[in-house]
Amino acid sequence: MSQASVTAAGRLAGHGEAAHAHHHPTSLGIPNQKLATWLFIASESMFFASLITTYMVFRYRSVVGPHPDEVVNIPLTTVSTFILLMSSLTMALGVSAAHRGEMRAVGKYLALTILGGLGFLVIQFYEWWHLAHDFGLTWRTNIFGSVFYILTGFHKAHVIFGMLWLSVIAISSFRGTLRKEHAVNVDVAGLYWHFVDVVWIVIFTLVFLLTEAGV
Amino acid sequence: MATITVERSFWQALPKPKAESGFWSWVTTVDHKRIGILYFWTSIVFFLIGGVEALLMRLQLAGPNQTIIGPDLFNQLFTMHATTMIFLAIMPLTASFFNYFIPLLIGARDVAFPKLNAFSYWMFLLGGIFLNSSWFLGGPSDAGWFGYPNYSLKEYNPGLGVDFWIIGLLLTGIGTLVSGFNFIVTILNMRAPGMSLMRLPMFAWTTMVTSFLIVFSFPVITVALLLSLFDRLFGTLLFDIFAGSDLTVYHHLFWVFGHPEVYIIVLPAMGIVSEILPVFSRKPLFGYSVMVFSTMLIGFVGFGVWSHHLFTVGMGPVVNTVFALATMIIAVPTGIKMFNWIGTLYGGRIRFTAAMMYALGFLALFLIGGLTGVMLSAAPSNAQIHHTYFVVGHFHYVMIGGALFSLIAAIHYWGPKMFGRMLDERLGKIGFWTLFVGFNMTFFPMNILGVLGMPRRIYTYAAGMGFETWNAISTVGALIMGLSILITLYNLLTSLRRGEPAPADPWDGRTLEWTIPSPVPEYNFARIPHVSSRDELWVRKHPQLAHGAVAETAAAEEAPEEAIVMPGGSYMPLLVALGLFVGSYGLLYYMPVFWGGIAVSLLGLVGWALEGDNLRIVRPGGSH
Repeated sequence: MSQASVTAAGRLAGHGEAAHAHHHPTSLGIPNQKLATWLFIASESMFFASLITTYMVFRYRSVVGPHPDEVVNIPLTTVSTFILLMSSLTMALGVSAAHRGEMRAVGKYLALTILGGLGFLVIQFYEWWHLAHDFGLTWRTNIFGSVFYILTGFHKAHVIFGMLWLSVIAISSFRGTLRKEHAVNVDVAGLYWHFVDVVWIVIFTLVFLLTEAGV
Repeated sequence: MATITVERSFWQALPKPKAESGFWSWVTTVDHKRIGILYFWTSIVFFLIGGVEALLMRLQLAGPNQTIIGPDLFNQLFTMHATTMIFLAIMPLTASFFNYFIPLLIGARDVAFPKLNAFSYWMFLLGGIFLNSSWFLGGPSDAGWFGYPNYSLKEYNPGLGVDFWIIGLLLTGIGTLVSGFNFIVTILNMRAPGMSLMRLPMFAWTTMVTSFLIVFSFPVITVALLLSLFDRLFGTLLFDIFAGSDLTVYHHLFWVFGHPEVYIIVLPAMGIVSEILPVFSRKPLFGYSVMVFSTMLIGFVGFGVWSHHLFTVGMGPVVNTVFALATMIIAVPTGIKMFNWIGTLYGGRIRFTAAMMYALGFLALFLIGGLTGVMLSAAPSNAQIHHTYFVVGHFHYVMIGGALFSLIAAIHYWGPKMFGRMLDERLGKIGFWTLFVGFNMTFFPMNILGVLGMPRRIYTYAAGMGFETWNAISTVGALIMGLSILITLYNLLTSLRRGEPAPADPWDGRTLEWTIPSPVPEYNFARIPHVSSRDELWVRKHPQLAHGAVAETAAAEEAPEEAIVMPGGSYMPLLVALGLFVGSYGLLYYMPVFWGGIAVSLLGLVGWALEGDNLRIVRPGGSH
C-alpha cells in the first residue's frame, strides 16, 4: 500500500496520491501529478514570459555601458546550450527506462542528466564571472545588468531546483526503492526538466542570438 | 480506526500526527472540510481588520479639514485596507467555499492533493500575519495596493513597510497559486462517475475558471513584486528612471495580474448566485450551457483588458481604443449571465430566505458595478473620472455588491452544511436590509463625488467644494454597514451554539452536497454517488423527471462501503510554510535566519515527499 517511499514529485504532487490514482482511475485518465505538472508549467511559462518581456523592453535603455551587443559570448553559450539540450536527451532516456520498468537504469540516466545540468551551470557561472570581471558588468552597473542577471539567475535557480529534484529520484533508484508504479514521478520530473530547457532555448535566442544578429 | 504501516525508511519512521480532535488535529489536518473551516474563520478575522481600517478612513473623511487621522496613517490605511480585503478576506473566504464544497459538489472524498491544500492555507495565514505584523514593526506600506514604483522604492519609501507588503503578498501568492493547481486537477480529475463536465454545478465551473485565472495571472505579479523587491533589497536599477527605466513596465505587469484578479474575485460570486437562485426559485438554472461558456469567455477576455487601468499614461489612441473595446465586450457575457439569472427567477416559486435576498441583492448591485464599469471603459470619459471617487464607487459595487453579498448569501445557504446548525432567518434578513441600505448610502454618493471631481487617496478636502453632504452620508452608511456585519457575525456565532440542528437537505436543494448529513462526515460520501443529471438530488426526489435513469444508480448506492481509505494528517505542510515565514523575517533583519528558514523548508519538502501516506481506514458504519 505504501506508495510513498520515493515521490520526489511530492513537491508538486502532494504525496502518495498515486495510491488513489491507481485504485480509482481519474476522470480524465491522466494521473493527477501529471495534470498538475502541466498546469505548473503553464504558470511558469507566464513567469518567464513576464521576465523575458521585461528584459526585451529594458535591454538597450541603459544610460551607461556595457550594452548587450558589447558583451554577448556566442561560442561559449552555444556550448552550454548544447550540453543542456543533451541533458534533455538523457532525461528522455530515463523516462523511457522508467516506462519499461528498468528502474535501476533510471538512476544512471538521471545522473547523466544532472551532470549535464552541472556542466551548463559551470559554463554559465563562468560567463557571469567573466562579465563581472572583464566588463565590470554587475546587476548594479546599469539596467541591462540588472535585468540580465535576474533573468538568467532565475533560470539557473530553476536548473538547480531540477537537479535537486532529479537527485532524490536518482538516489532512490540506486537504493532500489524506486518501483515500477513510480514511473509517473519520473515522468513529471522529466516534463519539468524539458520545460527548463525550452525556456533556455527562448532565452538563448532572444538574449544572445538576436543581440549578435543586431536586432 | 486502523493505521496502515508497511516498510519504513528514515523518513517514514518520522512521527506522524495521530490526534483526531483538539489543537494538533487541526494543525496537521489535510481534510478539505476542516481546511475550509480554517479558511472561513481566518478570513473573517482579516475581514474585520480590513473593515476597521475602512471605518477609520470614513471617519476621517466625514467632514472637511478633519485631522482625526494624519495623511501618513491615512495612506497606510488605504493600502492595508485594500490589500487585506482582496488577498486576506474575500479571496480566502471564496477559498473556504472552494475547499468545503467543491469535493461535495463533484462527488469526491477530498481534493486531488490534500497536503498541498493544507500548505495553501498555512501560506495564506502566515503571509497574512507577516503582512500585518508590519503595523508593529515600523509601520506598513503606504504605497497603495498596487505598490507602484518609483514611490515604492527605497529612496522614496525608506523603512520596511513596502518590503513587508511585497514579501507578504509573495507568501500568500504561493498559497493561492498552489490551490489554483489543486482545484483544477480536483475538478477535472476527481469527478464521481456520471459527473460529466456539462453536469458540473455552476459553482464548480466558476471555481475552475477562477483557478485558471490564478494559474496564469499570479506568476505575473510575482515577477512585478520580485523586481521591485530586488531594487529595494539589492540595489538593482530596474525601476530607476535615472538609469533609463520605464515605470510603465511595472504598471503593465501589475495589471496583467490586476485585472484578472477582479474576475478571480467575482466569478466565484457568480457561481454562488447560480447555485442559490435555482434552489429558491424551484427551477433549474436557466441557460446552463450558455452560463458555462460565458464564464469561460469572461475569463478569457479578462486577460485582454488590463490596459484600461492605464488609459492616462499615454499609450496613444489606437491602444486605448483596442482596450476600451475589449473592456466593453466583457459586458456581453456578463449581461448574458444577468439575463439568465433573471430567466431563472421568471415563473419560479420564489422563497425569500436570507440567502435568497442576498443573492437578489447581488443581482441589483453587481449590475450597478457593471454599468459604472462600462462607463469607465470609455477612454475619453475615463480621462475625466479616473483617480476620482467614481472609481472607488464603481469597484466597491463590484467587490461588495458583487462579491461580499454573494459570500454572505453563501454563509446563510451553506453555513448549515458546514456547521450543522441553521442560522437565524430573522437576523439574516435584518442583516441583509441593513447591509443593503448602508452599502448604497456609503458607495452611491462616491459615484457622485467622483463626477464632482473629488480625487481618491487624499486624506481630506477643503470646505465649500460641494463634497461635505455626500461624504457625511457616506460615513453614516459605512457605520450602518459595520452594524450589519456585527449582526451577521452575532447571528453566526449564536446559531453555532443554539441554532436548530440542520437536516441533510434544509432548503430542498438540487445538488450532491445535500444528499449527505450536516455537518458532513469525514469521508463525505459513504458510497461514491453515480450521477445521472445536472440537478442530481432534485431528480432523485422527483424520479418522474428522470425517465427511469435514477432508479438503478440509487440502488447501486444503497450499501455503504465497509472501509474507506482516507489520508491522515501531516506536519510537513506547516513545516514548509513556517520555514518560508520565518525565513522572510530573516531576509529583512538577519540573513542567516533566511538561509535557515529555506533549509527548514527544503527539509520539509523532502520529508513531505518521502514520509509516506499515513493512510487511515474509516468505517462508515462504525463509531463515526
